[in-house]
Amino acid sequence: MNRHAIWAIYRVEMARTVRTLLQSVVSPVISTSLYFVVFGAAIGSRIDQIDGVSYGAFIVPGLIMLSLLTQSISNASFGIYFPKFVGTIYELLSAPVSYLEIVIAYVGAAATKSTAIGLIILATSSLFVPLHIEHPFWMLAFLILTAVTFSLFGFIIGIWAGTFEQLQLVPLLIVTPLTFLGGSFYSIDMLPGIWRTITLFSPVVYLVSGFRWAFFGKADVSLGLSLGMTLAFLFACVAVIAWIFRTGYRLRT
Amino acid sequence: MQPAIAISGVSKTYASGFNALKSVDLDIKHGEIFALLGPNGAGKTTLISIVCGIVNRSSGTVSVNGNDIDRDYRMARSLIGLVPQELTVESFETVRSALTFSRGLFGKPANPALIEQILKDLSLWDKRDAKIITLSGGMKRRVMIGKALAHEPKILFLDEPSAGVDVELRQDMWAMVRRLRESGVTIILTTHYIEEAEEMADRVGVINRGEIVLVENKEELMRKLGRKQLRLELRHPLDAVPQALAGYGLELSADGGTLTYTYDNQSERPGVASLLRDLVTEGIAFRDLDTLNSSLEEIFVNLVRKAS
Repeated sequence: MNRHAIWAIYRVEMARTVRTLLQSVVSPVISTSLYFVVFGAAIGSRIDQIDGVSYGAFIVPGLIMLSLLTQSISNASFGIYFPKFVGTIYELLSAPVSYLEIVIAYVGAAATKSTAIGLIILATSSLFVPLHIEHPFWMLAFLILTAVTFSLFGFIIGIWAGTFEQLQLVPLLIVTPLTFLGGSFYSIDMLPGIWRTITLFSPVVYLVSGFRWAFFGKADVSLGLSLGMTLAFLFACVAVIAWIFRTGYRLRT
Repeated sequence: MQPAIAISGVSKTYASGFNALKSVDLDIKHGEIFALLGPNGAGKTTLISIVCGIVNRSSGTVSVNGNDIDRDYRMARSLIGLVPQELTVESFETVRSALTFSRGLFGKPANPALIEQILKDLSLWDKRDAKIITLSGGMKRRVMIGKALAHEPKILFLDEPSAGVDVELRQDMWAMVRRLRESGVTIILTTHYIEEAEEMADRVGVINRGEIVLVENKEELMRKLGRKQLRLELRHPLDAVPQALAGYGLELSADGGTLTYTYDNQSERPGVASLLRDLVTEGIAFRDLDTLNSSLEEIFVNLVRKAS
């Protein structure tokens, strides 16, 4: 194991977060606060409770998931796309590092960042609504699991993307719609029949549901299903990455 | 002993169908400076990229110090330092952290004293905490050299190292290359500046259209293929080359005032001494004479032209 290499990459990636603190940490916190104002105060005042939880508190897990997904994807995709774009990837490819080490370093850094942002948003939320977390361990486990899974997904996008436009394409066209269809701001029981069925195809439903269970002990789908679907997506990403490195896809052309 | 690099039957066809390398065989010896010459698009960079692990080859094998670049890639790659042709640097990193990163990436524990020494050797110490984006092109090139040396490689690739580099840096760089060679580092460089290969290299390889056209000791190459010219400025212009001197293949200038005799070391033509004797016999007097050695550049141009 080339741990010096993992550490070197990880440190550079984390250093970029610190350098761009405003963009990478402050902006998600501000936008989440705005969600609270709009959904929690303006709309939430007209919705009593969902499953016995006040609407303001109900949307907290969804909001954290929303940021966690987008941040994991953007951090990880940018982290590997940027060296490709400026050409410094030559050094990574010529270095004595294994695929596993590359993935651990880049995905680890991206997941660390988004987990930290998730926790910051959680802390911010507690300023707006009284929060009680039913299963803190599972909350943290879902947080980290999701961060790692979607950082892996972002890593794939970063390797696939040939232009900055493509880099934005998947998050904008797929991830954002999936998140809104994923029950972040509502219980999927509130949707009319056909839409309810459609949302069950969104992996985000299972993430949010599991995460919400960790908070309130109540969920749209069972915990086992949530965990299973998340793990299934994780392994799908790992399989794609293994294939990318085995074939040199878009890396060693 | 194993060669520093053994390339055997390496071919590369890109996805576009472009056949960049056609079964290349090449051995690089330990401790030598090897210059790879070739026109643009000949396959120099592709060959280097394959050895360094940046590009997948279509067929063939490469080993570095006996380590197969697939099976023992860790060992093979940790021996190699690469300074690529393009100026590609992490703009927002500082000079020192860029070198520290490279060393870590190649699996070596941190060594601030060594990094300091490299930066000083490359006249970068004053800029150690500057962001790379603020540096001039020449300085960025120095940073890239520093990054390649940060993990103490045993083999150094310099791909077009003097492209867009000023005289001062070029001299610094060649001084450094000599120092590295003295410490036992094997150096492979590609260059357009043939006088550099001529000055620096122990051996020269010429690649054209994806094929190695020739590999030779530089002196041997110059001796074998080098041509010499003797130019005689005549005291009295001639109308034509006298019949008696026809066997020399002399060229008479348009004004009839200069005779040029071209010969090489394996020529069947009679030598300079007999020409001078015959000139005296013919009563042709000359005012001055000079001789010219053809440079590696001319040899190279001739080879490539012949091959294509």
